[in-house]
Amino acid sequence: MKRLEKDEALCTGCRQCEEACSKAFYKTADRMKSCIRITDREDGTHKISICTQCGICAEVCNTGVISRDAKGVYRLDKKECAGCLMCVGFCPEDVMVQSDDCLEPSKCTACGICVKACPSGAIRLVEE
Amino acid sequence: MIRMCDLPRYADADMEEIKKMKEAHVVLNQITYEPKALYRGYTDKRLKIDVSDNSVSILDIPQEVKEKFTGGKGYCLRYLWDSVNPQTRWDSPENAITMSAGPVAGITQYGGTGKCLVCTISPMTDIPIDSNVGGYFGPFLKFSGFDMIELTGKAKEDVIIVIDGNKGIISVEKAPLEHRDAHILGEELTAMYAEDENDRKNVAVVCSGSAAEHCNLSMLNFTFYDPKRNVVRLKQAGRGGIGRVFADKRIKALVCRFKGVKANLNDVYDIKILNKDGLKFHREVATLDNKQNAMRKSGTAYSLQTLSDYDILPTHNYKYGGTEKVSEMKAEVWQEKWLTQGGADGCWYGCSMACAKTADHFLLKTGPYKGCRVCVDGPEYESAAGLGPNCGITDPQVILELNFYCDTYGIDTISYGTMTAFLMECYENGILNKERTGGLELVWGNAEADLELLHLIARNEGFGKIGALGSHKQKAYFAEQGWGDMDFMNDIAMEQKGLEYSEYSSKESLAQQGGYGLTNKGPQHDEAWLIFMDQVNNQIPTFDDKAEALYYYPMFRTWFGLLGLCKLPWNDIVPADNSLRDEPAKVPEHVDNYLDLYYGVTGVKIDRDDMIRMSERVYNFQRIFNIRLGKGLRRNDAIPYRSQGPVTEEEYLSRQERYDRQLVELVGKTAEEVQAMSLQEKMAATRSYRESEYEKLIDAVYPKRGWTLNGVPTVAHLKELGMDLPELLEIVEPLQDVQP
Repeated sequence: MKRLEKDEALCTGCRQCEEACSKAFYKTADRMKSCIRITDREDGTHKISICTQCGICAEVCNTGVISRDAKGVYRLDKKECAGCLMCVGFCPEDVMVQSDDCLEPSKCTACGICVKACPSGAIRLVEE
Repeated sequence: MIRMCDLPRYADADMEEIKKMKEAHVVLNQITYEPKALYRGYTDKRLKIDVSDNSVSILDIPQEVKEKFTGGKGYCLRYLWDSVNPQTRWDSPENAITMSAGPVAGITQYGGTGKCLVCTISPMTDIPIDSNVGGYFGPFLKFSGFDMIELTGKAKEDVIIVIDGNKGIISVEKAPLEHRDAHILGEELTAMYAEDENDRKNVAVVCSGSAAEHCNLSMLNFTFYDPKRNVVRLKQAGRGGIGRVFADKRIKALVCRFKGVKANLNDVYDIKILNKDGLKFHREVATLDNKQNAMRKSGTAYSLQTLSDYDILPTHNYKYGGTEKVSEMKAEVWQEKWLTQGGADGCWYGCSMACAKTADHFLLKTGPYKGCRVCVDGPEYESAAGLGPNCGITDPQVILELNFYCDTYGIDTISYGTMTAFLMECYENGILNKERTGGLELVWGNAEADLELLHLIARNEGFGKIGALGSHKQKAYFAEQGWGDMDFMNDIAMEQKGLEYSEYSSKESLAQQGGYGLTNKGPQHDEAWLIFMDQVNNQIPTFDDKAEALYYYPMFRTWFGLLGLCKLPWNDIVPADNSLRDEPAKVPEHVDNYLDLYYGVTGVKIDRDDMIRMSERVYNFQRIFNIRLGKGLRRNDAIPYRSQGPVTEEEYLSRQERYDRQLVELVGKTAEEVQAMSLQEKMAATRSYRESEYEKLIDAVYPKRGWTLNGVPTVAHLKELGMDLPELLEIVEPLQDVQP
């Protein structure tokens, strides 16, 4: 299974991962359009929210347009998606993207763009 | 526990057979049209098909109709009115079946937004019936270019009507070979009109079942294809015998195909609003449903145990309000043993509440499909209560089997449950016996006889012919035969206006007695489900409170039917801080969501008062429609005493302490006087008090609704609503001063 892993102790809160993700898929630097989210904690550390490929998004989808590929990554078929946003609302990590500019949401495909953008090694791509 | 991820998929239909069926079709008429795209929730078009001559017309819906009737049930009633006359009965060719989804229907972002409303003149009540149903037909019809469809006439042979909303083709086809039972017919037509497996989700079917040709209790099934199970699911426009009218017109099915459901086919005013409220709703369900009603796990059947605990669950034909045996069918039993968990069980896109549960690969033990494993949709609370404890049955296996056969035969589970409970009480009282029922021992809890009755109704054989009549006509028949006393049967048959009650025992809730009795279509809780507010939470203690509730809630709840919405997402999940708000029973934040949705779709800003006004226009129109057809006055709002108080001695004795206490606290007797009274005297005093309370309630409610004390909308009220239409004034003006 291919998915992201995180080590929050290494995160500096630079948010380059967010920017890289949203630029790659939405052509804009907007953290709400990123499938990885960094939240600052009061103690100065940072929470990294990533898609764990848990599959809840696929489970709640009426029409089965989110399915698991050979590598264990849940992928959303935008062509067939009716844009009901249930997957976004049920995501336990709250890392699916809903944008009013698009009719369909999007989710992490474990592409690794955020990993490449991270200067501190706080996120990595694993294949089990 | 049965989990969705472990569930084997259902087998495909036999495509060779389907091909033969399709080849046997004869096209009687076919038209092509340019589907009109939606604009802000409307197409402003209606489709009219007369199956007498197979004519197909596409007509405009004028702005004035839109302003006064909004859509959904409003449109259905408006155009039903225009089709019929005061002499029209259910089987008159001009009786129309009208279906409309409403302007908000078809959005995908919010729960419960795919409903279709269906109206016709009912074979049970002889007045308009309306039913609110899920499944994909309503939204698909909109996307195909029509805000509503109207079916009139009578075909000479069985026909199906096929609408292809992508290609713009409508055809009326002779269809001789397809099966009649809904679970098979739905599969056949879905497979027949889908281009491939992936296209099945784009086909919606409306059909009844094999009982519809002769059973007054017949309903319409609306399908949607469930791609995860590979099965066609059935939702029901259940009440009032619409399926009987459908079959009388010899319409076997409607099919609508539309490929390409997307989030903004309604071309809404502001999609951001829908996205925001939709996401908020989904997050509420995701985080709170488990802590509240667990609708995602057991659907509406979650409430059986609770209602029994509160003396509300109808048991033995509403004699009692619960049973200890309800534990056999409590929420955990359904979740652990019968209902598949983890499914995406919404009946339209975006319903995260997902209450349309199923018992999968359920093994049938009786009837024509004995030995088959089938998908049973439900049971919903009403089905489980009516088919279950109301008839003395608490075995989920039996309830599911009854539920399955009701659905596939096209029989309304609520009417069937309530009617069978009445028949059982007749049997227990000697009005019926083995000889009169042709061998059916209809004693409490006899599941075998209950199932056999259902199969006999479907086959139109033996006592099934009596079963097919419904309680109202059965009473008259039994009295005619000299089998039973009409007064007693009037007391115990839980029907009003010809329609069987839905499944709440209202004896201890005056407001719910009104909630049932003061409805337009007959005793169905969808107008005013006040029993918890009144009986359990005591939030509406005075006559004025109850009257206000019986004004506000029927109007508020009517609004859902105008817009194409389901009521369950309104209050079967509530925001975490709802209890801190003013009037939490109204779930104010969700009401605001609905105002937002209306604005987001149509671009028209409304407030809470406007919402009620929109409903009042249609509600009063329906009331006057009833008057036009011979019902709709105060005398028609009378209710059976079983819904008000104890008819029989054993009922009184079962709650003796309560009733004796009420004689002191409410009726004004002294404790000594009560002690000296015979049981019969106490029952008579209780009855007299309770019946007079109901009359007082009516006296308080009618003026709130802008009606005379005879239940007639006043001219002044119609003017205030902008509903002083000539055809309405013609009916109400001569009745303004007529006393009840």
